[in-house]
Amino acid sequence: MELKEVTKTEGTMDIQDILKPENLVYQKTKLLTDTPMHYCPGCSHGVVHKILAELIDEMGIQERSVGVAPVGCAVFAYNYIDIDWQEAAHGRAPAVATGIARVNPDAFVFTYQGDGDLASIGAAEIMHACNRGENILVVFINNGIYGMTGGQMAPTTLEGMVTATTPYGRNTDLNGYPMRITNLIAQLPGTSYVTRQAVHTAGGVRKCKRALKKAIQNVLDKKGTSFVEVVSTCNSGWKLSPVAANKWMEENMIPYYPLGDMKDSVKGEHSEN
Amino acid sequence: MARVIGAVVVDKEECKGCSVCVDACPHDVLALHFEVNSKGYHYSYMKSPEACVGCANCGVVCPDTCITVYRTKAS
Repeated sequence: MELKEVTKTEGTMDIQDILKPENLVYQKTKLLTDTPMHYCPGCSHGVVHKILAELIDEMGIQERSVGVAPVGCAVFAYNYIDIDWQEAAHGRAPAVATGIARVNPDAFVFTYQGDGDLASIGAAEIMHACNRGENILVVFINNGIYGMTGGQMAPTTLEGMVTATTPYGRNTDLNGYPMRITNLIAQLPGTSYVTRQAVHTAGGVRKCKRALKKAIQNVLDKKGTSFVEVVSTCNSGWKLSPVAANKWMEENMIPYYPLGDMKDSVKGEHSEN
Repeated sequence: MARVIGAVVVDKEECKGCSVCVDACPHDVLALHFEVNSKGYHYSYMKSPEACVGCANCGVVCPDTCITVYRTKAS
């Protein structure tokens, strides 16, 4: 790594005195490969990949983990996290994960899906996998559009939001209403932990990591399906800078998709918050 | 009195210059460099290293995990 850019700090403490292994507080987890991510600058996918990799490493389940990648920008997730992966057809990740989890009861199986994948073409698969209470974790990245294909309208696109296929904004008379699919899933008795998080601030990332940790633990304890929605940005699709996209998300997405836990119980019970 | 001081190391070839870390830094330590890396991105660097407290917010929000954070106490 390049150290030339840093200069002397104030007092007698030289920068080289700080950069010692015993002072290390944060570094890239070893589960993330050295392959540079293909995501656009500032994309939320990178952060969610990172916290998943950190958790799998910290919980010591690397050998048992199987991820099911979606169709979408995260289709290349297998290049970045050093665990077993399976690629599924568009929207069918929960069905593929069901098969993997049933034949490998000791494995930690998770799907990683976007909103076009999970809430649109895969709506049936996700509903039935959650209703069956499969012991899988579903990580749902909700950025309000189809990011990979050029920013078309998704079921989660906000009312009035301009996308490639709604150049005058989403019209609810014509296109229907933005779907809060996580709220629907929280109604299903097969789910154990359903929550909505965001990763636009450092605090949000830490909270999301705690939620994902709980979700992974629930899957390991065979409590049923855990579902973690991450409200995310697609700054390229939204035509904003990464920082402006984070601000736009906070002002527009989070009021419609409020953060917090929606259900915290075990499968078969209906105790919703 | 002991004072917490920190330092970050940005892997400038990995950095994509999204500036999310610049926004996340509570002490305005980081900024985007005038120069670009081999990918053509203005990479992040410590503009005011003396202000860093090693809170690791930059590393936590970095989507490309190119920031390593160190923290110690100076007497």
